[in-house]
Amino acid sequence: MHNKTQIEHLPNGMTLLGEPMPWLQSTSFSLLLQSGTSRESERLSGLSGIVLEMSQRGAGKRNSREIVDDLDFHGVDRSSSVSTFHSIFSAAMLSNALEPTLEIYADIVQRPHLPDDELDDTKQVALQELHALEDDPVHRCLRELKHLRYSDPFGRSAYGTEEGIESTTLQDVQATVESFYRPNGAILAVAGNFDWDSLRKLVSKLFGKWEGGEKITIPQPVLSPGISHIQHDSAQTHIALAYDCVPYNHPEYYHGRGLVGILSDGMSSRLFSEVREKRGLVYTISASCHSTYNRGSVLCYAGTTSERAQETLEVTIQSIQNLQNGIGEEEVSRLKTRVKTALVTEQESSMSRSSQIAADWFHLGRNPDRSEVAEKIQALTGPSLVDHLQRFPPRNWTLVTLGNQPLELPSGI
Amino acid sequence: MEFKQHRLDNGLEVIAEVNPEAFSMAIGYFVKTGSRDEKPESAGVSHFLEHMMFKGTKRRTAEQVNQRLDELGSQSNAYTSEEQTVYYMTVLPELQGDAVELLSDMMRPALRDEDFETERNVILEEIAMYDDQPPYGAMEKLMEEYFVEHPLALRVLGTQDTVKDLKTSEMRQYHEERYASDNLCLVAAGNVDFDRLIEQASKLTASWRPAGAGRVLNKPVPKSSFLQMVHEPATQQYTLQYANGLARTDPLKYPTRVMAAVLGDDSGSRLFWELVDTGAAEAAALFTHEYQECGLICVYLSCAPEQTAENWERLQKVVRGAIDEKMNEKEREQAINKICSGIALSSERPGNRLFTVGNAWTLRNQYETVADVVKQYRAVTLDQMQQALEFWLKQPAVTVSVGPSYRKEIDQAFRS
Repeated sequence: MHNKTQIEHLPNGMTLLGEPMPWLQSTSFSLLLQSGTSRESERLSGLSGIVLEMSQRGAGKRNSREIVDDLDFHGVDRSSSVSTFHSIFSAAMLSNALEPTLEIYADIVQRPHLPDDELDDTKQVALQELHALEDDPVHRCLRELKHLRYSDPFGRSAYGTEEGIESTTLQDVQATVESFYRPNGAILAVAGNFDWDSLRKLVSKLFGKWEGGEKITIPQPVLSPGISHIQHDSAQTHIALAYDCVPYNHPEYYHGRGLVGILSDGMSSRLFSEVREKRGLVYTISASCHSTYNRGSVLCYAGTTSERAQETLEVTIQSIQNLQNGIGEEEVSRLKTRVKTALVTEQESSMSRSSQIAADWFHLGRNPDRSEVAEKIQALTGPSLVDHLQRFPPRNWTLVTLGNQPLELPSGI
Repeated sequence: MEFKQHRLDNGLEVIAEVNPEAFSMAIGYFVKTGSRDEKPESAGVSHFLEHMMFKGTKRRTAEQVNQRLDELGSQSNAYTSEEQTVYYMTVLPELQGDAVELLSDMMRPALRDEDFETERNVILEEIAMYDDQPPYGAMEKLMEEYFVEHPLALRVLGTQDTVKDLKTSEMRQYHEERYASDNLCLVAAGNVDFDRLIEQASKLTASWRPAGAGRVLNKPVPKSSFLQMVHEPATQQYTLQYANGLARTDPLKYPTRVMAAVLGDDSGSRLFWELVDTGAAEAAALFTHEYQECGLICVYLSCAPEQTAENWERLQKVVRGAIDEKMNEKEREQAINKICSGIALSSERPGNRLFTVGNAWTLRNQYETVADVVKQYRAVTLDQMQQALEFWLKQPAVTVSVGPSYRKEIDQAFRS
């Protein structure tokens, strides 16, 4: 089972990545442009999202309705989103629809109409989404955590602010497209059932004449500790907690990821076992690794009724700190089997592969194959994980709670 | 891809869709029991039991069950609905035997009193979690208003009260009646060794006995009504409407689903262009739910409270307008392509096929390949879609709307 990721550097600075998976019927792609929230001006928070939406409301020879009709006709399962550094278009389709679909997206990123008469509707859509998120306590809690921990501009929400959305003009939208909807630094990652040589030719035809842009050097975000509480009349108190870990591009990333696995992957993981199984404090508890380029954080979330919230927080932190007291080989062995299974089953999904190879390229500038990841995971041992933890201990804690009353971080944190 | 089936002497059915090319295999027990099989005073017992099934067996503690699930590297979980409870895992093919052993052991749980009390708290947290999420209990309320005395009115999670009052003895009895060998189906998909599966299942379940568990089936008799609920912390207004739809076994469900997609899919539909694309509403959708002997056609609207009455009128205009401004060939084809492509894409994973194959078999006693299902959709005609629309609009409709405060104009809009 080979499948090394193929790489093609277009003369205009765009990178094409391809991973053929001939056993599938589907092909998926992720197209990343350098238009992320960290590039927005503070006054116009939400601009990248508005541009992303506007770019799909008419491009090339199609108007807004024709774009949707044609993508639906081809049965394309699609989404678009904004992250700290990128605007991302993702699509999964049956392989014979790849060419017409890529043609439409080539128009969207190169020849958007940006019609004046669609701007008001686009802003209304953005406001609807923003208001709906007010009713999502978990999202609000995590949004505030990001804001507090990463500060401006890295801590901005992709959904923006009401003021930012309302202040956006067509000139702002045009200027963003002019600067950031450019090939230099863009990544197109394709995975699934396709022929690499034909894809290269197709991409060269569709994107080869696109020009300009500057590959952006990403500054070093600074992570700040802190505590914040959002008063909200809810049945549960929602707890979001973060601390430092090594980022994705760090040589010891899989040690950091392994520690989070011991904490949170599977039903025998420490957090699930201590907080939910033994004490019945929560229904949901999780931890995951997040990298904002060269800064890494572990993010934890727990939801629990108010009277049990302080205990939940304390048991969660205690479980994290207890990692340094030793990790059993059985725990490590379960972790390895889980990763092995995940690496094999990843081959069943062109969508997860295309987004993974795009992320690998952005973070690492290369695409490790499955065996490299598998080897790094196989090399982990209980003592090596504890050793890593001692050198990169949990610190720089950020805590956000949403609910009826604030919580206190235990002393010594 | 080959379909295989076998019934063991104790009545347990074993089925599989075998694909020797697959990287993984998925396996699950589909239990023909859910909230509709409960007594109102013990509402939530199916779901509570689903949690307890992970809490250990005669041979394993809760911790050992969880550790074993993880040792097999599985993506495993369970869910409970109105009509079934499903336990499943996806593993590498070489671990099939271990996975079957573990799941089969779990089907005969210890149901220890001390675990029961801890897990009760987890479920109360789960109920509290949903209480904080849109549509803030409006869906459960709507099921009660629509189904009234019908067993589908019962809440899958139960209520705080029924969960607090539930006794281990009731759960043990429920388990005995509903998890009998003839009320379960062992389903597998992907790279499956079927002969070994039969051999192993017959050994592991040799002591299981049938109990002839049944289910009360009768058509609900809803009456049109409207209810407005207030949830002060809410920002948006959420409105849900149910009307009489089609049962799982009714072939007319296909035209109904295509009609719903043309008028109310989340992209490219008539409601999308009228309300979502313009930013008038955050969501405006039309979709179906099917049960064993009945079904629902559902409308969902989420928008600002002050725009709800007006948006509802616009929504009505779009759907009623489709009687005269008939759905056209382009819309039909587009909706069918979208549905069929979605089915084909999701079928690439044995973990997804497991549910499609298992649900069709346990709820409808049918096996269908992806091509069979695609054929059913392709055969849908415009006339059938128009008939589905006309049928829907004649049905009594029950509506619940929830938002931050009571609004008179919303009452008026829905009562008119």
